[in-house]
Amino acid sequence: MTASGSGATHLETDVLVIGAGGAGMYAALEAARNGASVILADRSLIGRGGATVMAQMTVAAALGEQTPDHWEHHFADTLNAGRGLCDERLAALLCEDGPHRLREMDAWKVGWAREDGHIKQAQAPGHDRPRCAYVDFLSTGPAVSKTLRTQLNSADGIRRIGDLVIVDIALDDGEACGATALHLPTGQAVTIAAKAVIIATGGLTGLYCRNSASSNMGGDGYALALRAGAELIDMEFVQFFPIGHLAPRLVGMDPIMWDPFRYKLGGKLLNSEMREFEEDYATRDKRSDGTYVLTRDLATYAITKEVEAGRGSPAGGAYLSFQHVPEAEIRAAFGPVVDRLKENGIDLAKGPVEVAPIAHYHMGGIRVDDLMQTGVPGLFACGEAVGGANGANRLSGNAITEAFVFGARAGREAAQRAKAATAMWTADAARPTLDLLQSASKRDAPNPAATVVKLQAVMADDVGPFRTDAKLRKAIASIAQLKADIGDTPLSSAAAFDPVLVDWLDLRNMLQVAQSVAVPALARTESRGAHQRDDHLGLDEAWRVNQIVKLSDVGVDLRKVEPTSGKAVA
Amino acid sequence: MKATLNIQRGALGETPRVETFDVAFEHGQSVLDGLRAVRRGVDPSLAFRFACINANACKECMMLIDGKVDYACTVRLKEGTTTLAPLPKKALIRDLVTEIAPPDERLWR
Repeated sequence: MTASGSGATHLETDVLVIGAGGAGMYAALEAARNGASVILADRSLIGRGGATVMAQMTVAAALGEQTPDHWEHHFADTLNAGRGLCDERLAALLCEDGPHRLREMDAWKVGWAREDGHIKQAQAPGHDRPRCAYVDFLSTGPAVSKTLRTQLNSADGIRRIGDLVIVDIALDDGEACGATALHLPTGQAVTIAAKAVIIATGGLTGLYCRNSASSNMGGDGYALALRAGAELIDMEFVQFFPIGHLAPRLVGMDPIMWDPFRYKLGGKLLNSEMREFEEDYATRDKRSDGTYVLTRDLATYAITKEVEAGRGSPAGGAYLSFQHVPEAEIRAAFGPVVDRLKENGIDLAKGPVEVAPIAHYHMGGIRVDDLMQTGVPGLFACGEAVGGANGANRLSGNAITEAFVFGARAGREAAQRAKAATAMWTADAARPTLDLLQSASKRDAPNPAATVVKLQAVMADDVGPFRTDAKLRKAIASIAQLKADIGDTPLSSAAAFDPVLVDWLDLRNMLQVAQSVAVPALARTESRGAHQRDDHLGLDEAWRVNQIVKLSDVGVDLRKVEPTSGKAVA
Repeated sequence: MKATLNIQRGALGETPRVETFDVAFEHGQSVLDGLRAVRRGVDPSLAFRFACINANACKECMMLIDGKVDYACTVRLKEGTTTLAPLPKKALIRDLVTEIAPPDERLWR
């Protein structure tokens, strides 16, 4: 560690991994396994933030443990759910390499639930057979995070640094050569020279007021990639999880916990007339795929339409009832979780809970090739931060799988590049960002914590699951106004652990990313998967294209490309 | 209905001071909800750790709540006064934020 001329701490490594969720931890392990020195940086604690640790659910892979399976069946289901927009190379990679990664995690003692000596695989909507492994009870994400943290502890060549906010990718002649960061505990700038940089910062659900991931997932990796000159793809496709917990207030639990309950116990979705309504939409609605168990986009549609028709639950969603399930069965399936629910005043045998759609996952993201390379040499991405594998709608269970598979591949490829590359770091590469941080000032300005909430309301109200031309134009104008409100100069309030500066830096990213969602959403005049336009119902074959977002001098540039076909070599 | 939060503030090396904030009280809210309401409505410079908001997954929001070590995301906010302070056995960074990362996950070890 040396001090550079600017007074900033300077670090050097072969591979810098940004984000320590499932994808980032896997990338770091695989890069180190391929001989690279690694810095694994996270704005929060290592392996504690992001989406992975929050996932209580399932991990899909064609293990063939429950029932015979082949990765091509999983691939077919993934493409089907993606509504014609999947990057087939990425989807094939996810499905073909998935089983290897789940077995590797098994060898690392993640503790996949077992039955009769084999890994138990549950049937989830959209899958043609039982394919989803999990860890009891509702512990998949925490178990995955803990397992990867344990591997990191014993791996050689990986330096883990938490409380480090990456502010910008450093570029030398258009190539990534490291990054500039803010060290939260001291408020000092840190520069990091790296021969390859991997963005593993997850998705953007933090842009929405009701969301199921960690609060620090506001799409910062997308903004880092955009400003570095990389392209984003499919940004208009935000997945809403249909049965996010709504009421009564539940503390200490993940709001998407009801899905495993439904897999195991059934569970009835009821409207205010206490009538099941899913079948209405499965059989009658023209958007239906005809199956009884609705995929996520259709279930979101069904609940929203029931609420609009005045048949919603008191808090504005639907009832989810397990009252038809014997109490002993509930206890057998969920053990200690039943007591945690009781502490929250919820007794599933006695009454229903209320659920409503909640921002859950982002199908879009950074555009990469089948080696996880962006268009910027030296810059890689993996996990949810990558767009394309899941097209217009993600199949349940694919998110953790892609974190493993894409993380491993990005780690391996970044290590290869680092071996071949010579150091390109120059102090100039960090200069613009160091100047930005240096310019931070205490001044009269809107409360940035309140501005974040305003932006989340704009996104929920006008760029939610059901969109119109008028709403999207209103959102784009609101985003521009919020941008003007916060200004070009960072706000600060203190040296050590300054949440005002962090909010300002987050807003710089979030507003750029919000615009990158709203602009392609406005352009796409059809309804497909998670992008539903009330003013353009139904699929339009002419729109079987991906939209690419790139930063330009005037804002964001949009163009259309044909979905990528073909197969990557796993 | 309101909840009052008495919060110990200040950075390492400063004399700690207690500041009092009132937030609207709604039944079912957590202490973390109250802290976030303070930042949104009154003082955005108030420092506390959290990542997952209320799933008790990230384990970052541990602090001293009415003298007892607990998670702000799982302890319910109450009407009347709640006293909040940083963890006493961890190095203070600022306000309710302490150094809780394992030593080998820090920039300075």
